[in-house]
Amino acid sequence: MAFVNMKSKEVQAKIVFYGPGRGGKTTNLEYIYGKFRERIKSEMVSIKTHGDRTLFFDFLPFDIGKIMGYDVKVQLYTVPGQVKYDATRKLVLKGVDGIVFVADSQVEQRKKNVLALKNLQDNLAAYKKSIFKVPLVLQYNKRDLNDVPLLPVEVMEKDLNSQLKVPSFEASAVTGHNVVPTLKKIISATMASLQNVLK
Amino acid sequence: MGSDYDDNASFSDFSLGPEQLEAIESVLQEELIDSGVHSVMVIDMAGNIISQLDNGNCDHDLYSLAALASANFAAVDTMAKIVGEEEFSLLFHKGESENIHFSKVNAEFLLITIFGKDVTLGILRLKVAEAIQKINAIWE
Repeated sequence: MAFVNMKSKEVQAKIVFYGPGRGGKTTNLEYIYGKFRERIKSEMVSIKTHGDRTLFFDFLPFDIGKIMGYDVKVQLYTVPGQVKYDATRKLVLKGVDGIVFVADSQVEQRKKNVLALKNLQDNLAAYKKSIFKVPLVLQYNKRDLNDVPLLPVEVMEKDLNSQLKVPSFEASAVTGHNVVPTLKKIISATMASLQNVLK
Repeated sequence: MGSDYDDNASFSDFSLGPEQLEAIESVLQEELIDSGVHSVMVIDMAGNIISQLDNGNCDHDLYSLAALASANFAAVDTMAKIVGEEEFSLLFHKGESENIHFSKVNAEFLLITIFGKDVTLGILRLKVAEAIQKINAIWE
């Protein structure tokens, strides 16, 4: 639920990074934070456990400049990936405008990716939103790993994207490969979906 | 992926006109800032800032504050449901010199007030209740 402020000509939109635990959602945000440090005025907020796992969410406000005369601020969030944190995961999804689904390319994580995507579909449905309608981008993360078996991209496409048919990226959040293109894609998809409001 | 989905599910993007926003701001100014509150904002449940005012001496990271406040409210609200309550009516955090008070404006919006020792909780709750009544009248 993006908010358009007609008085200050400002748009605030919420983009959520979703996906299985230890898939690299927080690492995506950390890379973005590091890369655009000079443009991000506030600190990145992380609510995490002592073991460095996301407990509630990470939050990064990102000023992306003017689009159609409006000052656009995207609020980037991650959700906790662990199965047991479903209640808080669902809360973060409230009012979402765009989603990046970060999948783990490791062979042994194949089932977790599918379950997490199904969980996203269910949690969106709880807010009466369809996964087929919300702006969505898939990211196949950890393509840089070379000491563990990785799923071929075709297999991941078939598992996760055969019905959704949304843009997807091979990426490495640790090295930063395709992190920014993923972000740009979800921002443009989100803004396109808001066009009717901005006219 | 199943196909039994409501394809008409709407994305409730919304916007407020400049007149409405100005009316909300003047309510916040008259009811709260003029009563000695340090900083006040109206946010939506997704953590977006709808309107914000302060007394000129505050330098908080408001976007983070709004994100955390909406999440905090949502978490407490869910806890209330788990123990069988419709909602907890008083949400208030007390500090050494700053306090935060959360109040629901309606199903979509929250009023977050930051105030110091010079305003009592009783007065604040009274002023917040009046402000909410006036803000809801603007939306109607």
